Amino acid sequence: MAWWKRLTGKKLFWPLVALALLLAFNLFFTPHFFQIQIKQGHLYGNVIDILKNGSPIMLLAIGMTLVIATKGIDISVGSVAAISAGVVAMLIGGDLQGIPKHPIFESIVLAVLVCTVAGLWNGMLVSRIGMQPIIATLILFVAGRGIAMVTTNAMVVWLYAKPFAIIGQGYVFGLPFSLYMVVVLLLMTLFVTRRTALGLFIEAVGINPTAARFAGINAKNIILLVYAFSGFCAGIAGLIVCSNVMSADGNNAGVGYELDAILAVVLGGTSLNGGKFNLLGSIVGALIIETLTVTIYAFNVPPEIAQVVKAVVVYIISLLQSSKFRSSVANMFGRRELAA
Amino acid sequence: MSDSAPIVEMKKINKSFPGVKALSDVDFRLFRGEVHALMGQNGAGKSTLVKVLTGVYKQDSGTMLLNGKPIRPDSPLAAQKIGVNTVYQEVNLCLNLSVSENIFIGKEPMRFGKIDWKTMNRNAEEVLKRLNLELDVTGSLSNYSIAVQQMVAIARVLDSSAKVLILDEPTSSLDEGEVNQLFNVIRKLRDEGLAILFITHFLDQTYQISDRITILKNGSFVGEYKTDELPKLELVTKMLGKELSEFSYSNKGGEPAGVSQGKLEGKATLQVKKLGLRGSVAPFDIDLYEGDVLGLAGLLGSGRTEIARLLFGIDNADQGEIRIRGKNATISSPRSAMMAGIGFCSEDRKNEGIFSELSIKENIILALQARKGVFRYLPSKKRSEIADEFIRSLGIKTPSANNEAGQLSGGNQQKVMLARWLATDPKILILDEPTRGIDVGAKLEIMEQILNLSRRGLSVIFISSEFEEVIRCSSKIAVLKDKVKVAELRGDDMTESRIMRTIAEGK
Amino acid sequence: MKKKSLITQRSLSLFVTLGLFVVMFGAGSLSFIGFFTLQNFLNLFMNTTYLMILGVGMTFVIISGGIDLSVGSLLSLATMVASSLLTKSHWNPSLVIPTVLAMGIAFGLFQGFLIQKFNLQPFIITLAGLYLGRGLCYVVSIDTIAIDNRFWHHMANVQINLFANSYISPSVIIAVLVVIAGIFVSRSTKFGRTVFAIGGNEQSAVLMGLPVARTKMFIYMVSGFCSALAGIVFTFTTLSGYSLNGVGMELDTIATVVIGGTLLTGGMGSVLGTMFGVLVYGTIQVLIVFQGTLNSWWTRITIGFLVFVFVLLQRALRARKSGTSSATQSRAEPLPRRS
Repeated sequence: MAWWKRLTGKKLFWPLVALALLLAFNLFFTPHFFQIQIKQGHLYGNVIDILKNGSPIMLLAIGMTLVIATKGIDISVGSVAAISAGVVAMLIGGDLQGIPKHPIFESIVLAVLVCTVAGLWNGMLVSRIGMQPIIATLILFVAGRGIAMVTTNAMVVWLYAKPFAIIGQGYVFGLPFSLYMVVVLLLMTLFVTRRTALGLFIEAVGINPTAARFAGINAKNIILLVYAFSGFCAGIAGLIVCSNVMSADGNNAGVGYELDAILAVVLGGTSLNGGKFNLLGSIVGALIIETLTVTIYAFNVPPEIAQVVKAVVVYIISLLQSSKFRSSVANMFGRRELAA
Repeated sequence: MSDSAPIVEMKKINKSFPGVKALSDVDFRLFRGEVHALMGQNGAGKSTLVKVLTGVYKQDSGTMLLNGKPIRPDSPLAAQKIGVNTVYQEVNLCLNLSVSENIFIGKEPMRFGKIDWKTMNRNAEEVLKRLNLELDVTGSLSNYSIAVQQMVAIARVLDSSAKVLILDEPTSSLDEGEVNQLFNVIRKLRDEGLAILFITHFLDQTYQISDRITILKNGSFVGEYKTDELPKLELVTKMLGKELSEFSYSNKGGEPAGVSQGKLEGKATLQVKKLGLRGSVAPFDIDLYEGDVLGLAGLLGSGRTEIARLLFGIDNADQGEIRIRGKNATISSPRSAMMAGIGFCSEDRKNEGIFSELSIKENIILALQARKGVFRYLPSKKRSEIADEFIRSLGIKTPSANNEAGQLSGGNQQKVMLARWLATDPKILILDEPTRGIDVGAKLEIMEQILNLSRRGLSVIFISSEFEEVIRCSSKIAVLKDKVKVAELRGDDMTESRIMRTIAEGK
Repeated sequence: MKKKSLITQRSLSLFVTLGLFVVMFGAGSLSFIGFFTLQNFLNLFMNTTYLMILGVGMTFVIISGGIDLSVGSLLSLATMVASSLLTKSHWNPSLVIPTVLAMGIAFGLFQGFLIQKFNLQPFIITLAGLYLGRGLCYVVSIDTIAIDNRFWHHMANVQINLFANSYISPSVIIAVLVVIAGIFVSRSTKFGRTVFAIGGNEQSAVLMGLPVARTKMFIYMVSGFCSALAGIVFTFTTLSGYSLNGVGMELDTIATVVIGGTLLTGGMGSVLGTMFGVLVYGTIQVLIVFQGTLNSWWTRITIGFLVFVFVLLQRALRARKSGTSSATQSRAEPLPRRS
């Protein structure tokens, strides 16, 4: 049984099993789920939709993974994404001819910069002022939506500059453009966290902040950095959201994204108690969520009700991570090995 | 004490935690109208036994009788209900509540369905008067000293119909006057017929106050004795077991650390002048040379850890200066201390030292990596080399450097901490209670390492509650009392009795 | 002398909140004609009844050191269930109200149970509760449900006349009663004091023999009850149930509690303070309306900002306090011994 233990001991094993089960379910019960067609040189189909629609959550999950690894949480990402959408929409705006008010590239950079600053703000509150992460990011969770609404004068702002649509709707080599953004960001993050000592430091800070400080690690700056990075990721996700519908709606853009991102991270095997993190797992987690959503769609259940399913998943995951729960289950079955 | 039947009887108590057998077949008896001291080294199982008795832990096996009837309290509340009350060393009260609430919460006097604050405050004043304490009972407890908080904790217990009072190291943070006041209260309560279980590290206090002594060692029952029939030396020997002789034997081989200082004298590593922080530790001087081992001796709360924290930049001094190797140094954070060549192993390994979910390798290279910075990541091969080297040289018992550090025993975790700092090649190493809570063999190894390091020219500041250990390892000893460095002992003055006397006399 | 300083210490934050309210209301009175009237003052209460009720429940949660993010969506769920039962099922109001309240209590119990029994983080459980509640709203109905019920219309329209031509709505009476009950419970009942004890030091509370487990569950039940009651009161104004009611109201509630002087880390706070916090919130809203050119989203931003300021203030106060009594607080020795 050693091979079995080695296999299940792999961090990615359970997230992948969950995803595979979900896909297998669809294989049998959802007609044409795996059908992929080629239209105008693009790939079309449910699977492609999952990849395309899942990319904002995947982006957010990358940033959220590092935040959660430091034992933090960032519930402002949805609002920050809305700010990004609002800023980029107001900057590019444009008339019906599709001529942007400001150059597209600069507008994008500025929007992402604004979001990075928002993340820095969160990081300052957590690392310098010492607020609990939940409270610190709660401020932007709601004030951020206010800022997004004020940016767009409380209106839905439309964009007509065609090139901007590529971000959310474009295809390269048959695959959605946004997927490439995810891959690039993921590879960059993997590189920076695993080829430098950053990942080790993040984990050290998450496992034991005091010990990390005593070991000479500048824990404050590490924390500041991960929140800023989370804001950066939220900014990019906001661009995709905005580009998807070519409009910015401060009230509805990115609503509920924070839970999806947190859920993706937790599903991917990173504990809410901080410490060891698994970026690839978070991506798989995001794919699970998106597949779940598509599955719910396929069964003609109103998408809003998907929130109930997600909430239930959070309960289950939280319970599975609770040592108290595991030991009481173990007691119930009279077995001790579960309690480990 | 003359009662024939004990009020509390614990038989063959067993309790294990993951990886540790905390109690094995421990017997214990407590009589009405006696003060019973529970003695033992750290890790002997005193706290665990008390926690079993008070329902914090459930024993794995064994029986407990109260007045001859079996009991199995499943919570402190259940224990209190049957008359078993505890006052813990870390005052377990709510500092945000008022003094009177801390005494009465959970059993407040009620009037017309609401808490009768007036009666409650009056009652609180009365209860405290019994302890010769007069204070504003409506003030929040956080405004008062630990001594007062301790009294309030006892007052809380006094008020209920207690049969058994357990005092878990109540004197560790009190000054002499306060201790006497507490002892008067204890004697009074004993004469009123209460059974009092007293846990302490202080030998003298044990002889001052107790009628009977039970000794535990490594989770096992050693024996039960009448205090006046047990000479002090015998008590110590029984507590330490073979430890004392084993240790003296091992040290015969090596030369005393004091000698190495003489050889290397000349190169000053650390000069501290009038360093201090209000409310933490009074200004003190330290002079360390290469190869020096400075022992900090003092009771709990005497300021040992505070000095370590100041030197390592965890707390920032508000006066004085530090010179390292002749140069002025500003130490404002652990990071800056590390950069200046100081290493620090905290006494609280679990919360301030080890990263239990990181591998041993990662734990070892962490400080070195922090020193090098984020971007100059040690190559994987180099990391393994460093870890393997220290695992070998310090004798860390593990199958692989990639195992989680949390799985190691306390002694091996301590060695990992040592390795972490040695990897940074420090000039000065501060070790706060490195031998606490680890087994005898590991203790000896750690101390052997300290001597080795000093021979290699490292300056070490060594803190331990065991004066014996301090004397064996140090080339000089700073004696601390009440947050003040009162003396520095060298050579022949470094004896246990001299340290005790210095602490007692304060000079 | 010691006595005096204590009194200020404990009520300082209450005075700060009261002062903030007076200053804001005063500033409004000086800047805008027609601001400084008794009716405008009473309107502050009428506009914020539901927030006051939510605030009372949240105050208990936060004093205990927890947090409840589900209050907004639970309020929304209450409006949906109430309106659905009234309009679609034609239940009698005397049945609807207890049912909705019981649902709120059950929801709170569920969350409290998970948090207490399995030692889960309150914010993650109540965050899931936020989405669960919102999702359940859609299960009830995607659309707005208008309430067509005599009792409800009566509650919506009736004005209770006070002196000088001023009036209040019945909801104000409910809210004020809840506040009074909250003050009583927090100050004069065993439950209330246990909440403070848990917030001060949960471990100590356990060792002092207080019923911590039961109390913690009860706290979330109280919050659930308050959310449901706030939902009912909310429908007295809107006469409808809508799934998007109360979006973001959890921050508003937490904000008013914090502005009211309750320590976010638990252990200190007051229900009365929360009431003033709510009045500050109401004043900001009214000021923005009177100002005229700012859009209503500025309320959100201002509230976020005020929370920030108050959390800073609390930290500064605490730092000062621990500075004066550092001798007792220093982590000098009480490092727990594990022997």
